Amino acid sequence: MSSATVPHTHHVSVWRRVQKQLGAAFNAVLNFFIDLMDYIMHPLQRLVGIRGMGYVFVLPNLLIFGVFILLPMITNFFYTFTGGANLFLDQRPYVGAQNLERLFDCQNFLAPNTCREDLFARAVTNTALFVITQVALMIGISLLTALVLNRKIIARGFFRSVYFYPVLLSPIVVGLIWKWILQENGLLNALLVAFGGDKVGFLTDANWARFWVVMISVWSLMGFYTLILLAGLQSIPSDLYEAADIDGANVFQSFRSITLPLLMPTMLVVLILSLIRAVQVFDVVFAFTGGGPGSATIYIVQYIYNNGFASATKEYGLASAASLVMAGSLIVLTLAQLRLRGTNNVT
Amino acid sequence: MTTQTAAGAGRTGVVGYLTRTKKRGRIGTADVLTYIYLLVGIVLMFGPVIWILMSSFKTPAEVTKFPPRFLPYQQETAVVEGYDEPLPLFDVTLEDGSVARLAQVRRVGLEAQMIDPASPEEIIRVNINARQPVEEVKFSLDNYTEGMESFNFWRYFLNSVVVTFVATILTLLVNSMAAFSLSKYEYRGRNAIFLIILSTLMVPLSVILVPAFLLITQIGWNNNLLGVIVPGAATPTGVFLLRQYMLTIPDELIDSARIDGASEWRIYLQIVLPLARPALAVLAIFSVMWRWNDFLWPKIVLTQNQVFTLQVGLEAFQGDLQVQWNLILAMTVLTLLPITFVFGILQKYITTGIATTGMK
Amino acid sequence: MTKRFLTFVAVLALLALTTIAVSAQDPVEIRFMWYSDGVEGDVMRDLLDRFEADNPGITVTLDVVPYATVRDNLPTLAQAGEAPDMARITNFGGMRGLYLDLRPLMSDPSLLEDNFAGAVLEAFRLPDDTEGLYGFPDSLSVTAPYINRTLFEQAGVDVPSDSMDEVSWAEWTDALKQVAEATGTPYAVAIDNKGHRFAGPAMSMGANFFDADGNFALANDEGFRAFAEIVKGWHDESLIPREVWLGSGGQYTAANEFFESGQVVMYFSGSWQIGRFDSVIGDAFDWAVVPNPTGPGGSTGVAGGAGIVAFAQTEHPAEVAKVMEYMLQPEVYKEYVERSLFIPADKAVIDLGVEYTAENPLVNAALAQFAVEAGKLQDQAIRLNLHPFAFAYYDASNTRLAQYFAGELTLDEAMTRLQEDIDAAVANAGS
Repeated sequence: MSSATVPHTHHVSVWRRVQKQLGAAFNAVLNFFIDLMDYIMHPLQRLVGIRGMGYVFVLPNLLIFGVFILLPMITNFFYTFTGGANLFLDQRPYVGAQNLERLFDCQNFLAPNTCREDLFARAVTNTALFVITQVALMIGISLLTALVLNRKIIARGFFRSVYFYPVLLSPIVVGLIWKWILQENGLLNALLVAFGGDKVGFLTDANWARFWVVMISVWSLMGFYTLILLAGLQSIPSDLYEAADIDGANVFQSFRSITLPLLMPTMLVVLILSLIRAVQVFDVVFAFTGGGPGSATIYIVQYIYNNGFASATKEYGLASAASLVMAGSLIVLTLAQLRLRGTNNVT
Repeated sequence: MTTQTAAGAGRTGVVGYLTRTKKRGRIGTADVLTYIYLLVGIVLMFGPVIWILMSSFKTPAEVTKFPPRFLPYQQETAVVEGYDEPLPLFDVTLEDGSVARLAQVRRVGLEAQMIDPASPEEIIRVNINARQPVEEVKFSLDNYTEGMESFNFWRYFLNSVVVTFVATILTLLVNSMAAFSLSKYEYRGRNAIFLIILSTLMVPLSVILVPAFLLITQIGWNNNLLGVIVPGAATPTGVFLLRQYMLTIPDELIDSARIDGASEWRIYLQIVLPLARPALAVLAIFSVMWRWNDFLWPKIVLTQNQVFTLQVGLEAFQGDLQVQWNLILAMTVLTLLPITFVFGILQKYITTGIATTGMK
Repeated sequence: MTKRFLTFVAVLALLALTTIAVSAQDPVEIRFMWYSDGVEGDVMRDLLDRFEADNPGITVTLDVVPYATVRDNLPTLAQAGEAPDMARITNFGGMRGLYLDLRPLMSDPSLLEDNFAGAVLEAFRLPDDTEGLYGFPDSLSVTAPYINRTLFEQAGVDVPSDSMDEVSWAEWTDALKQVAEATGTPYAVAIDNKGHRFAGPAMSMGANFFDADGNFALANDEGFRAFAEIVKGWHDESLIPREVWLGSGGQYTAANEFFESGQVVMYFSGSWQIGRFDSVIGDAFDWAVVPNPTGPGGSTGVAGGAGIVAFAQTEHPAEVAKVMEYMLQPEVYKEYVERSLFIPADKAVIDLGVEYTAENPLVNAALAQFAVEAGKLQDQAIRLNLHPFAFAYYDASNTRLAQYFAGELTLDEAMTRLQEDIDAAVANAGS
């Protein structure tokens, strides 16, 4: 109440002053840091020359990347060809391609029951199905939302944020929230019962569970893709639409002949990004269905996690073999993506 | 924003503001559908979180009830003379058909022994089906207080803040340096480096947990926040995003700075970084999001309470045989608050930032 | 510029100094990895506070972690040489060979050796070890069914076990169905989705979990098959909440919430639920523990419970042994189980007699019934949880049984795969 009596401008000036002082302090620290580093960097530059500085700048990243991502990946590669329960590579017996063979020991890979590792076969088919439906739905819904947000609407900034909010939530929380809503005694079933319906086993029926896994992953990430598509839409010059309008084209015609072709590059980015995310699907589902019912929503990463980590008998070899298969197919996908985007973007 | 104002400029005041549409003067079906879509969007995007918020105020018994109710209810109690504990209140349908508000002393089998709080001497025996609990809406903070007692909230909060802050600074520094190098220098192996970094974009950490953990152990960063901060600092996404942005910075700027005698380090910090600010902001947002929510990896590196982050601490309510859902709900809400708050303040910058620089 | 350089050096020097200062002499700190299901962590903290007061040179830090950390991370930590000094664990045989032998360190090893069953002490040992004393169970848990007695009364159906000593699953199922129908209760029966809970009734149905060499042999077991078919029948008839076995993949989900909210008439679980039921159910209805149903194999639940161990990697073996010995003092152990509402596994404590302080008569009745059930445990029911590959069975049975109930696998396929999974785990550990 009392704040209302204080003149508004006063607030602003106090805030400005604080901001200014904070900024000054920040700059002082920054300058100090720059000077400090210059003591190391300057002699270094004299040593390696300007061109050599390229290596110097990329080095910290390469170091962290090499040690914490590349090295484990290489170790993982070697684990694939070893067996046993021992943790350290040098104490694990060499077993050749046994683990890889075990994964594909099938009469028919599409009939998981004929496979020795039926769960792997199920995980692969589940993942393929998930990726296709999720990516399609993600692009469809994000595009629709972007088109809606691109209209002249009130409070566009606010609505844009609304769709982005779930992106901020941790996957575990997303899984938990939706489990809470869709479980048998959850909100949705309560609504169904209240309107005279029967409870539905959203989490216990294989098809429903698959459906909801797709839906909640779209829910949690669509805000991000919507923003990218919206940016793409807004970069389309409006006089194109005006011209089409004059030519008597209707909304759908101008969508097909103007919006879609001009949005293609952005759509491609969205396609690639959502594809990467979809293949890696894990933590949301882990918290949501845990892979169930039965194994209806087990995906490759969970298969790897279960075998290599979350089990009493850790089969590092088998888990590594599965991740090798996954990494292999992912790298193929990446290369295909680079082809699609054109090489000049990469180099 | 400006085009919107232009569209509605023909009208004045609130009516003009509200009826402002694409084509002046008409509210078409498309507009109605648009607003329905947006309103449904609000419900779908915020509803689930609000549901969790409401559930976090419920007692363990109320949480498991079906059908669940939106608001948290608690049974009313009355302090009655001669009884130490407050007694629960019920509306009881008596044999003569009248309804009385009675307090329950105890329940034996199907029979409840009730008393009238006004005259506590006489015990009235009623069938348990004849009573209806008297309930009131009560936002009980019990879950929060109990959770924070067994959960070293402020310690975990501090750790989460430190991890998020330091990791974001480190991520920005390391990745922008690499992006600068990959976009503004010519040297042998440059393309190979970039390709290797890119190709790992698709491999999630969850598949290399064990070797990565062994590495951390050998370095001695087990139960050290550094073990959580450093490994994720070199993210392929960050390098890619910043490099693409820096490619748009003209080389002439850098060349003329060199002629002026600026060192490469100063060029990077005082010319390139300020120009790449929008891309840096986007990466910062992502980094904060990733780090605050990060869970799988911290759970492996951090197994001592003094280094727990909020997300790891939250899991500790999951026992072998019991899961304390009411506490998990309450603590989940607490972990959501800071990020929601920050988003609420910065939402305009965040969404425009991503929309304009994100993934060009 | 040079001034700044000097400041830089000064800052560095200051940092170095503080690091040295911090690493100066401290009292011995013991890290104790702990997970909690209920209040036992708080009780243990109280007891350790007392220990610390008597032993000023030692502090014990209780690191309360998610159970998943104990189950999944700890074995990896221990193998990598990063184990805590002590831990509360459930898979006793899971880290054999890495535990600290307390025999030479304890002033009175008989506290451990004489007060716990030989089979339990053996579970912590490698196969050829007969002497080592590595840890002890902090409690004993037993599985048995709970019923909602009030629902029986409302339905006017007699509780079968009140009048008969031996009640079969078929008789129970009939009675439960009647009660559920008469009272409009959504579900008649529920059982936690864990191979551990499943094992007791399966044994009662005649299952023999182990062959003559003590290895799991379930592929063709008739008793196991019989109970799996019973539970499948519950699913087909919608007598059981499908969510318990089908809603969470291979992960464990307890059905306790259905029971607590009065939505299920009988709930098969174990003694650890008592404390929670006391606080959550309160006065809402009468609940009781009934004897394990009888079948061709008799009437048995299975035993379980958490154990406390120390790791050989510890830098302070003497202090660790001191803490362990303190927890093994009968009066300390007694207070721990009494306040946590646990059933003691320590013979000296059983002889002393345990008095639970609960005011609720239902709690005392339940504890008394569990004491009876503990006495009825079959030999294989005790050995199951102590078996070195018990957890391989638990993991595999969760997945395979759920696949059978979901209709992905036939029972034959499920049982074959269950056995194959366990065999693969054994082979993996052996190579």
